[in-house]
Amino acid sequence: MIIDYVGVKEINGSLIVLDNVENASFEEMVDIRLDNGTVRHGRIVQIEGKRIVVQVFEGTKSISLDNTRTRLKAKPMELALSPEIMGRVFSGAGVPIDGLGDVYPVKKANINGTPMNPVSRIYPRNYINTGISTIDTLMTLIRGQKLPIFSGSGMKHNELAVQIVRQAKISDDEDNNFCVVFAAMGVKNDVADYFRRSFDQSGVLSRVVMFLNLANDPIIERTLTPRCALTAAEYLAFECNMHVLVIMTDMTSYAEALREFSSSKGEIPGRKGFPGYLYSDLASLYERAGMIKGSKGSVTQIPILTMPNDDITHPVPDLTGYITEGQIVLDRNLEGAGFYPPVSVLPSLSRLMKDGIGEGYTRADHQALANQLFASYARVQDARSLASVIGEEELSPVDKKYMQFGKLFEQHFVNQGYTENRNIDQSLDLGWKLLSTLPRTELDRVDDTILDRYYITDTERLDFDNPNGDENQTDDE
Amino acid sequence: MEDVIYGINGPVVTVKNTRTFSMMEMVHVGTQKLVGEVIGINDKMTTIQVYEETTGLKPGDPVTGTGAPMNVLLGPGIIDNIFDGIERPLKAIEEISGSFIARGAAVSSLDLEKEWNVTIKVKVGDMLSGGQIYATCPETAIIEHRFIVPPTINGTVTKVQPNGNYKLTDTIVTIKDDKGVEHDLTLCQKWPIRNARPCKERLPATIPLITGQRVMDTMFPIAKGGTAAIPGGFGTGKTMNQHQLAKWCDADIIVYVGCGERGNEMSQVLNEFSELIDPKSNRPMTDRTVLIANTSNMPVAAREASIYTGLTLAEYYRDMGYHVAIMADSTSRWAEALREISGRLEEMPAEEGFPAYLPSRLSEFYERAGRVETLCGSEGSVTIIGAVSPQGSDFSEPVTQNTKRFTRCFWALDKALAYARHYPAINWMNSYSEYFTDLDAWYRENLGDDFIKYRNKITSLLHEESNLMEIVKLIGADVLPDDQKLVIETAKAIRVGFLQQNAFHKDDTFVPLEKQKLMMKAILHLYAKAKNIIAAAIPISRIMQLGLFERLAKMKYDIPNDKPEMFDQLISDIDSSLAKLTV
Repeated sequence: MIIDYVGVKEINGSLIVLDNVENASFEEMVDIRLDNGTVRHGRIVQIEGKRIVVQVFEGTKSISLDNTRTRLKAKPMELALSPEIMGRVFSGAGVPIDGLGDVYPVKKANINGTPMNPVSRIYPRNYINTGISTIDTLMTLIRGQKLPIFSGSGMKHNELAVQIVRQAKISDDEDNNFCVVFAAMGVKNDVADYFRRSFDQSGVLSRVVMFLNLANDPIIERTLTPRCALTAAEYLAFECNMHVLVIMTDMTSYAEALREFSSSKGEIPGRKGFPGYLYSDLASLYERAGMIKGSKGSVTQIPILTMPNDDITHPVPDLTGYITEGQIVLDRNLEGAGFYPPVSVLPSLSRLMKDGIGEGYTRADHQALANQLFASYARVQDARSLASVIGEEELSPVDKKYMQFGKLFEQHFVNQGYTENRNIDQSLDLGWKLLSTLPRTELDRVDDTILDRYYITDTERLDFDNPNGDENQTDDE
Repeated sequence: MEDVIYGINGPVVTVKNTRTFSMMEMVHVGTQKLVGEVIGINDKMTTIQVYEETTGLKPGDPVTGTGAPMNVLLGPGIIDNIFDGIERPLKAIEEISGSFIARGAAVSSLDLEKEWNVTIKVKVGDMLSGGQIYATCPETAIIEHRFIVPPTINGTVTKVQPNGNYKLTDTIVTIKDDKGVEHDLTLCQKWPIRNARPCKERLPATIPLITGQRVMDTMFPIAKGGTAAIPGGFGTGKTMNQHQLAKWCDADIIVYVGCGERGNEMSQVLNEFSELIDPKSNRPMTDRTVLIANTSNMPVAAREASIYTGLTLAEYYRDMGYHVAIMADSTSRWAEALREISGRLEEMPAEEGFPAYLPSRLSEFYERAGRVETLCGSEGSVTIIGAVSPQGSDFSEPVTQNTKRFTRCFWALDKALAYARHYPAINWMNSYSEYFTDLDAWYRENLGDDFIKYRNKITSLLHEESNLMEIVKLIGADVLPDDQKLVIETAKAIRVGFLQQNAFHKDDTFVPLEKQKLMMKAILHLYAKAKNIIAAAIPISRIMQLGLFERLAKMKYDIPNDKPEMFDQLISDIDSSLAKLTV
C-alpha cells in the first residue's frame, strides 16, 4: 500500500518536518509532489517516533504547509550504474542533464558506499608520471592515492589539474583502462566549461563522467555530488577494472554546504561554525580512494580546494591534510612572479612516495635527490630572510650560493610550460644540475657514491643563462 | 514488552519508556543485530550509540540487551591478528562480506575452531586466586600465551584435563570457590573494555623503553609503563614515528591502534610488519603485534571504543608478565569521536565544541599505563604512546593541552623541521621528558656516568645555539667570534649527525645505546679539541677545511652498528688532523 502524506508540519531552510509518518526508515528517500505538478526529492535525516525530518535536495522554495504530497520510496539513495555512464553528464544528485535520457542500470548502488576493509586494500606503489618536475620528483603521485591541491582563489589549480589529466593519460600504457570522474561542487559555470573544453581538446571527453553542481545549484545536492561521483568511480574501478582519476573541485564549497545544512538542522557547531563531524564526513569521501585485492582497477583522487584567505590552518585544508596522503600546495608569490605551476615545494608532500620510487620504479637516486632538494631549498628560505634584514651583499659566500640556487630552482625546476611534458629522467637530471651549483660539501643528505655519479664538477655544464625559461634546452645534455 | 526503537539521529538511537537497560550495557539494535552501547538513561528515554551505519533502521525495530557491558574476548589468537574497533576480526569479515565491510557481520572475535597445544600448570587441590597462571600454550613462535584466572575468581582446583590440544571454549580446569560454586576455566575470558584490569602493585618508572631512536633515547627518554604524546600537524611524521617505535622498541608485544586514520596506512603496516624481521627473535614483526584498525571512514562510535579495546588487550598481556607498548594513532580522532557523539546528544559543549568531560576521559585513558607487579607476582607494563593531531598545528587546542597534563613525555613535532626534511622532526626546544630523573640511575648503571654527562652537554650546546641564532637572524653568522661560530658548527653537527635519523637506512633505522653514546662522544671530542685550538688564536676556517664536521655528519652511515671500535679510529683521526694545525 502506498501512502501519500499531505502537507508538512514545519519548514526550516532546506529541511521539512512531517508528523504521523508510519514505517519510515533512516536515510530513506522520499518524493515530494507539489500542487503544481513538480516533483522534488528528499532524504530522511532524523526520526523521532512518527515525526520525521527530511532534507529536500532542490530546496524548499515555494513549499507551503499544505501544498505537498510526500511519498516514502522505501529505499536509500541509489545511483544507477552501467559502463555507459562514461561520456555522460549528471546533476549533482546523479540525474542525467545532458538530454540523452536515463541510464539503463546494470546495477544500483547506495551512494554512501561501505567502508573498504583495511585487510583487502593493496598498498599503492605504482607511480603516475605526470610530466611535471615538481610533482614527479618531490611529491610523486601514486596510483590509488588521494593527493589534494591546496590553492586559493585566482590561482592556476584548474590548469594544473587538466595538465595532470592530459599528461598522466599519455604516459599510461594501459590506455584503454583510463577514465576520469569529474565532480564539480559549487564551481562557476565558466570553470565547469573550462574543464569540459579541456577534456574535449585532449581527447578524453568520451572517458569522462561529469557530475555538475554549479555555484547557483541547491546546496543539499552539493552534499551528494562527491558521493555520487565516488560511487561511479568505485563501480568503474572495482567492477569494470579501470584506472579512475577522480577530480573533485571545490572541496571548500562542499564543506560550506555541509555547514549550511548542519546549522539549519540546529547542530552544535565546532571550529569556524563547521559541524563537529566534518572530519568523519570528509574522511568518508577521501577514504574511498585506493586499490583492492581481486580487482585490477584503482581510484586515485585529486581533490581541489581553495583555502579561504590562503590560510592553510582553515578547518577544510587542515582536516583534509590529516586524511589525504600528502598535498600539493600552490603559492601566490610564485604565481605573482609568473611561474607556472606555482607549486610551493616545502609544505607539499606525498606520503606514499617513498615506496613508489627508486630502483625498479623511477631511479635509484630519486629519494636522495628529493631529500637534498628539500633540505637545500629550506636553507634558501633562511638565506632569504637573512638577506631581507642585512641585504644580499652582506651574506656569506655560501648563503649567496643558496640565493642563486633558489632563483635557478624556481625559474627552471618549478617553472615549466603548460604543455611541457618532462619525463622522469629529465626532471631528475635537472635536479642534480641545480644541486651542482652548490658546493659539494653542502650536500649532506646524499651518500658519496651517489654524489660521485651525479654531482657535476664541470662548471661549463652548469649553464642556466636563460632566465625566461625555455626549459626544453635542459634535455640536451 | 519488547523494547523498540523510537528515534534515530546518525549513530544515536533512542528507546522510549523502558527500564530494561543498564548504563554501558552492550545491546543489539534492529533486525540486523547491529552492535551498540547504552550511553544515557532517564525514565522516559534510553540513549544508545550504535557502532555501525544506521541507514535503514526504523522506529519499531527491536532492541535487545546482552546484560553485560561492552566487552572483549581474551584468549590465544589475538597476536598477529587485525581487528576493528570492537574486536571483530577483519580477515574473517573479509571472508564473509568481501572487500567492503557489510553491516551486522556476526563473527566471533577469536577463532573458535582452532586447536591450541595446552600445557596445564596446576593439579587438583591447588589453591588458585585471580591472576594466577593455570596453563600455557605457544601463541606465536615467540609469544607464550599464559592462561590466567579471571581476577574475580578464587578457589581450589577440583578437576584438571591432561595436556593436549584444546579449542577456545573447552574447559581445561575447574575450580570451586569458598562458597562451593564451581567455575569452569576455558582458554578464553571476557573483560569489559572500559574497566582497568587490576594488578597487585604499581612500580616506579625506573626502566627505560629502548627505542633505538637517538633523539628519544638520549634527549627525551620514556620509561616502561610510561606515557608519551606525539603532537604534530599533518605531514610532520606522527605516523612515521609511531611505526618506528612499533618496529624497534624493546617491548615484548605491540598493540597498534589505527584510530580514525588512513586505510592505506593500515595496509602498509600489514605489509611492512609481515616482511620485516625482528633482529632479536628472527621472526616477522607480526609475531608480536596486534593491529586494531578503525579507519576514518569506519563508524565513528566504534572509533571511540577502539582505544579502550586496544588498552584492554594490552592489559591482558601485561597480566601475563609481558611488557606491552600501545601506539594510539591518533587520540585527536578519538576526541573528535567523543565530540561528535556528544553533539548528537545535544550536550552542553565546552572548549571548541569538545564535551566538558574530555579531560577526565583523557586522564582515565593515560592512567591505565604503568609498570606493575601483576596478580601472579611477575612484572609487566603497559606503555602508552599517543599521537595527537592538533587542528591547524596549534598546540594550544584542547586535546593537546589536556594530553600534556596527563602524559609525562612530550615529543613535539615541528613543521619547520619537517619542511626541511629533518626527521624525526622532534623539536628539541619544546619537547620534554619528566622521566629523565627517574631513569638516571638506570643510565648510570648500564652506560656509565659519561652518557648523562654527554647528554647534558649536548642539550646545553643546542640551547646555546638557539640563543645565538637569534643574533644570526639579525646580523648574519660572519660577525660572531670564532668560539661562538664553533658552537654553531658543533650544534649543526649534532642536528645533522645525531638528531637526524634515517628510518630507511638499514643501520640508521635502529641505533643501540652504546653507539648513541659513542656518537655523542665523537662530536663532543671534536668540540673540546677545536675549542682549545681556537683559544690558541687559530681561525675556525682552518678547522672547517679539514672536513671533520662532514665526517661527523656521516658517521651514522659510515660506522655500522656492530663495529663500535671504529669510533676509536674516528677519534684518533680527529686528533691527528687537528694536531697538524698547531704544529
